[in-house]
Amino acid sequence: MTGAAIRTEGLRKVYRTGFLRREFVALHGLDLTVNRGEVFGLIGPNGAGKTTTLKMLMGLNAPTSGQGWILDKPLGSLEALAQVGFLPERPYFYDYLTATEFLHFYGQLHGMTKSQRTHKIDELLPLVHMERARNTQLRKFSKGMLQRVGIAQALMNDPSLVVLDEPSSGLDPMGRMLIRDIVRGLKRNGTTVLFCSHVLSDVEEVSDRVGILIGGRLQQVGTVEELVGDQESSIEIVLGGLEDLEGLPLAPQRSNARGHQIFVADDHEDARALVTAALARGGELHGYHSRRESLEQHFMDEATAVDRLEREEGAR
Amino acid sequence: MIRIWAIAVNTFREAVRDKILYSLLFFALVMIAGSVLIADLTIGEYGKIIRDVGLAAISIFGLLIAVFVGIGLIYKEIEGKTIYTIASKPVPRWQFLVGKYLGLLATLATEITIMAIAYLVVLKGMGAGVTSAMGPAIWLTFVELAVVTAIAILFGAFTSPMLSAFFTIGLTLIGKMSQELRLLGQKSESDLVQILTELAYRVLPDLARFDLRNEASYGLEVEWEYVAYATGYGSAYAAALLVVSSIIFRFRDFK
Repeated sequence: MTGAAIRTEGLRKVYRTGFLRREFVALHGLDLTVNRGEVFGLIGPNGAGKTTTLKMLMGLNAPTSGQGWILDKPLGSLEALAQVGFLPERPYFYDYLTATEFLHFYGQLHGMTKSQRTHKIDELLPLVHMERARNTQLRKFSKGMLQRVGIAQALMNDPSLVVLDEPSSGLDPMGRMLIRDIVRGLKRNGTTVLFCSHVLSDVEEVSDRVGILIGGRLQQVGTVEELVGDQESSIEIVLGGLEDLEGLPLAPQRSNARGHQIFVADDHEDARALVTAALARGGELHGYHSRRESLEQHFMDEATAVDRLEREEGAR
Repeated sequence: MIRIWAIAVNTFREAVRDKILYSLLFFALVMIAGSVLIADLTIGEYGKIIRDVGLAAISIFGLLIAVFVGIGLIYKEIEGKTIYTIASKPVPRWQFLVGKYLGLLATLATEITIMAIAYLVVLKGMGAGVTSAMGPAIWLTFVELAVVTAIAILFGAFTSPMLSAFFTIGLTLIGKMSQELRLLGQKSESDLVQILTELAYRVLPDLARFDLRNEASYGLEVEWEYVAYATGYGSAYAAALLVVSSIIFRFRDFK
């Protein structure tokens, strides 16, 4: 008994592909702990093993070796699945059902009575902004609507753990904001959320902790601050009214739509020197912003480093 | 039980909203009605021909639905990835298979009922006469379809639709001839051939057991004990196939 929402020890998955049944290791011994009540973002490039991990957690695939627990119940056990809500990547549903029929069906799979299902559906459809489409067949839904009704089915059983695979996939900015709000709402209610996403700004915004999975290996785990650091990496200065840019301590990187020049300084000392010189020439200061390394930048650096290491090992 | 019921109802609902089934049903009804024309072109035994062709139409179209809907039943769920949201719910995989199976059986029962009503209307309309063996003949056609559907589900649980169709059709054809295979073996002088053919007969489905078309066409009597025994045999065989399918399906990965 660990109290963790998810715990895996040496979880490994090997697929056999092609006529010769060649081995492909999708996941190399994953050791992962997701604490109860936290929002955990799992990120990684395509083929990193994210979906394989989620499928094993959901009992869709059996691990080749290793073991894991969801809310202290063994992976794939009915007791574990009863407490989990899952939205797969690019979900496919029975498109001949209406939204209400669809949610009733998934409620029945959880063993819910009709009155429990009706009550929950009345609560969930407004949450995902779908109450007006309750009697529309899913085949008439847009991608965003399918994603939203898919989230509703994952919440039918009031799960203690919600697992979302690419929940923002195919959504417009409003849809993405809705997903972020739902994830925040779940966290407020004490629900644990594990989600995979390629939209790293969303992951950065809502995750308590992030895991970076590359090449089937968990490379890093930590809070966003622990991963990217909370130090500013550069300062952006926006200056206007400068006719002569020659002789300034820094060269402008680009200009914005108003014709203002944008400079990037490595530290405040360089920035101050630039601003002083610009004001002395009659320039105007329009902006001064510290910039922190983004999760996206950190992820790209990490992925590049792992890729380089693998190439070097391959060459040896 | 609520989970099996939900999956069965959903499968039935899917079939009811599927246009392909309506097309097959339409052709079956055309063929039943067309039995009048065939009977007209044949010399003598007018009533027998109508009875025979009508029952054959019910059996053939029932088999087509059982095989082609049956093999796609599981594959479509995996290929369409709808299985992801079901297998990740607290639903034992055997309940999923049994639910799908019962849903298709309900569909087949509905189709057979519609075809049987059309058949009786044609028989009455043409004054061909209804025989006492017709009810048992149609019932055992349904039991045969229950066995064939279970065969289709077994292969659908672990192979592609193409292989599944090949194996299911193959086993159905062999099943219709398994009695002859046994008789052939009994005539052999070799003990080994006799044992092997007897063993094959025991393992393979005996689908000829469900064929009462001759009795229905010629107006022969059928004992209820025979119908009960054949129903028991079909149910046990289908149940055994579902158990094997469930064991295979339990260990299947969904890629």
